[in-house]
Amino acid sequence: MDQPDDGRFLKLIYLDLPLLIGLLAVSGIGLVVLYSAGQQKLDLVIGQAIRLGLGFTVMLILAQLPPRYFRFWSPWIYLAGIVLLLAVMVVGDVSKGAQRWLNLGIVRFQPSEIMKLAVPMMMAWFFAEKPLPPRWPHLLGGALVTAIPFVLIAEQPDLGTALVVGCAGASALFLAGLSWWLMGGLAVMLGGAIPLFWTFIMHDYQRQRVLTFLNPESDPLGTGYHIIQSKIAIGSGGIYGKGWLNGTQSHLDFLPEGSTDFIFAAFSEEFGLVGGSLLLTLYFFIIARSLYMAAYAPDTYGRLLAGSLALIFFIYAFVNSGMVSGLLPVVGLPLPLFSYGGTSLVTIMASFGILMSIYSHRRPRSR
Amino acid sequence: MNLWRRAKAPVDELKTRVGKDNAAESELFFHRALVVLLAVFLALLAVAGRLVYLQVFNHDRFTTLADSNRIRLQPLPPTRGFIFDRNGVLLADNLASYHLEITREQVKDLDETLAELRDRIALTDADIERFRRLSRRSAPYDGVPLRFQLTDEEIAKLSIDLYRLPGVDIKADLTRRYPLGSRAVHAIGYVGRIDENELRRIDPGQYSGSTHIGKIGVERSYEEVLHGRTGWQQVETNAEGRPLRVLSRTPPTPGQNIYLSIDIRLQAVAEKALEGYNGAIVALDPRNGEVLALASQPVYDPNPFVNGIDTVSYRALNTSKDKPLLNRALRGMYPPGSTIKPLMALAGLDYGVVNRYSRVFCPGFYRLPGVSHKFRDWKHGGHGSVDMDRAIAQSCDVYFYDLALNIGIDRVHDFLQQFSMGQPTGIDLPGEKGGVLPSQTWKRKSYKQNWFAGDTLSAGIGQGYFLATPLQLAHAVATLSQRGLRFLPRVLYATEDPGTRLKTLEPPRSAPPVVVKNSRDWEPVINGMIHVVEGGTAHRIGIGAKYRIAGKTGTAQVFTLGQGEKYNAKQLSKNLLDHALFIAFAPVEEPRIAVAVIAEHGGGGSSTAAPLARKVMDAWLLNRYEETAPDSTAAPVAAPPEPSPHGTE
Repeated sequence: MDQPDDGRFLKLIYLDLPLLIGLLAVSGIGLVVLYSAGQQKLDLVIGQAIRLGLGFTVMLILAQLPPRYFRFWSPWIYLAGIVLLLAVMVVGDVSKGAQRWLNLGIVRFQPSEIMKLAVPMMMAWFFAEKPLPPRWPHLLGGALVTAIPFVLIAEQPDLGTALVVGCAGASALFLAGLSWWLMGGLAVMLGGAIPLFWTFIMHDYQRQRVLTFLNPESDPLGTGYHIIQSKIAIGSGGIYGKGWLNGTQSHLDFLPEGSTDFIFAAFSEEFGLVGGSLLLTLYFFIIARSLYMAAYAPDTYGRLLAGSLALIFFIYAFVNSGMVSGLLPVVGLPLPLFSYGGTSLVTIMASFGILMSIYSHRRPRSR
Repeated sequence: MNLWRRAKAPVDELKTRVGKDNAAESELFFHRALVVLLAVFLALLAVAGRLVYLQVFNHDRFTTLADSNRIRLQPLPPTRGFIFDRNGVLLADNLASYHLEITREQVKDLDETLAELRDRIALTDADIERFRRLSRRSAPYDGVPLRFQLTDEEIAKLSIDLYRLPGVDIKADLTRRYPLGSRAVHAIGYVGRIDENELRRIDPGQYSGSTHIGKIGVERSYEEVLHGRTGWQQVETNAEGRPLRVLSRTPPTPGQNIYLSIDIRLQAVAEKALEGYNGAIVALDPRNGEVLALASQPVYDPNPFVNGIDTVSYRALNTSKDKPLLNRALRGMYPPGSTIKPLMALAGLDYGVVNRYSRVFCPGFYRLPGVSHKFRDWKHGGHGSVDMDRAIAQSCDVYFYDLALNIGIDRVHDFLQQFSMGQPTGIDLPGEKGGVLPSQTWKRKSYKQNWFAGDTLSAGIGQGYFLATPLQLAHAVATLSQRGLRFLPRVLYATEDPGTRLKTLEPPRSAPPVVVKNSRDWEPVINGMIHVVEGGTAHRIGIGAKYRIAGKTGTAQVFTLGQGEKYNAKQLSKNLLDHALFIAFAPVEEPRIAVAVIAEHGGGGSSTAAPLARKVMDAWLLNRYEETAPDSTAAPVAAPPEPSPHGTE
């Protein structure tokens, strides 16, 4: 797997072959599924392919940069992100009841997207200089680094992205060596905070989503409709699925958002348990490979950043597949490399670019 | 996991700039990464387990749910069977008609579209109100009818502009049509839109695609035959419910065609003969109960009823004092008057109260013992001494007063019941009435009064409480002609499979016969009826007849004269004039037609009703359907009515 003779050319351009194969496999399957789930509209697939191409290009470019650049820019990117988030609060565009977009004239831009990279970078930068396992003041500093953007994004409101940012920070803390005792204490505190969170932070539609998750049948035509139809799509797929282009739930529009957030249901309907298991295995492979690469990183900054980025990817895959199958409440996160559209695709590919950079620059190279 | 151990080696060698213990931190990270990897594995395993739960253990349930999502059953309404007369003349068919339909989903501004349509064709407020009502109950992608029965001119006007009116369509469907209009409407009836009451009664599956149902007449009584069986198709629909493709199909079975026993030519003769009167003519084939003509005047056009008659026209029909909607043949109840006398005579013979030679002296009135009240005969001076034959031929009231009194009302009731008096004959048309055959019990029940001897006298000449429908009278005379053999009257002659054109003839259905102890008792009664036409009260219709007729006239009192008053037709307003009745069968030797005629306020049975019966019998027996039959001896309408003083003749 990691034989030096393998992929000599890829090494030259700082790419990791196993990870690249994993990413290409998921993206390729994603395009095939999207053709079916998107009502066989070719321009949809082409649009997604272009977006993927853009993502892989970003990955390729970032992989060329040595990790020290990321480390140097970490605090500045983070600060810029915070400023942009504050700007969104003041002058952002409102779309679907949420204030997330910053209109820069040419492009509409979602600053919260930056924070998905900026928070792990900042956390890694912060702990890289501190002795590990972290001590109390450092822990508080790390927690603050995560909490500020988390609150700003949750207020937009964009629970999905806030969740990703929060998890990125939490995973950095955990990987940095947060003591088990403290974690136990935090868990208890979080448990106590849930009622406060429910009452003061969460918006009505978010509360509704949780309630619907707990009992989807309570509102079959309203908020429960998505999850019921999604479960029907997955369940009716059976072990082998109905076959490509034969999904009735997705093709007859019973499955809402079948090409975006709920594409996993459309996929499971047509490819069954076999296809679903294969996809989950591919995701596991990508995450495992990323963690492996993180473990190989030369310094603490690299390890923490790479590990957090791997876990961000995991959060996407797990929250989306869990939500679509009715295991988790409905949170607006796309299935990474699968769902149509979304700037998150570019962000995710960027994170893999950083990952590859950290991993492939680990030894001083002599030309 | 060997990979992980190997990975540690190079990391240990690295020195960090800040003097931290990189090796220890690497070790720490490695352990944490292992924990994370385990957590990731377990989380994804949980999702996989969820997939197994949904896709393996609950697969069947979700498959059913997915199918019920997408598969809808659509009814395929059958084509309604046609109605023909016995000779195959078309009486009811289905005509392609055009209606205007609006699909709201495709309309930008509904009010504007309606206004634009209003500029082009006539749209009433009722149309728009109905459209809005139907709209509320249908999906936006379903077309909702706005106007029915577009004329060619309207279609032409609309067609030019249809492209500018998205969502507006001209749709063809089949609508019931009665090409002969009002002809035989009381037998055929009509179909109409299914109403709330019918919705509760009908099989919702069978009628889910049908808009119309038989309301009255044959259309109603043979609804099941005419309607056919609804077919079904399974269609795949999308989430909006729009049908995309047909998955399977069970075609509908079209309704059977029906042939009526009515001869529409004879029906025309009967209806025309009756024109100018309110009344009914029923002609039966006595040998099998087939209804040859069933006329009730006045008539109405059933066509407007099919798609909903407008309120003004309906109110006009409904409140008219001539009651055109009333089927007098089945539901008109009249005192039978003297037409009951042959049956009374037969009862007298059967009970042994009289024989054919028994004589009664008729002084022109009848008095009950010890009572001064005079029951008058229609003939002022009386008939003198009469036997049964003469009593029937001359319609002597006094003879039958005496006879009824001697039989007794309850025995009269029991005997006449055999002729289906007092109860529906059982014709295959809806709504038939049973009339009134009075008895002591009946009067006690209905009036809470005792029966008086005077009541018996009135009943003896078909007056008083006695009521019968024209159909009952026709059935009775048909039974007489067959010497007691009875057949249920019916209008269904045959059914026909519309595909194979295979006809199934309807067999006659006999009813319990009238049994008399001595079968020779029929003859004096029938002879009396022959003598009604040959020298009796209806002798004028016998003139020139090419066949022999047995009949009986009747004049039913509408207005009771006071004691000592004289009946003067000229002084009475028309609606107080007597009803004219006549029953007959012919030819005497081999009866092929039995007729009952009632002309309301027609005056005398012999002068008004009998000639109408003659017209019908001529048409049937001599095949003479032309208006101006040269041999017709029907009493000229101009002839002055027979000066029948009062009572029944």
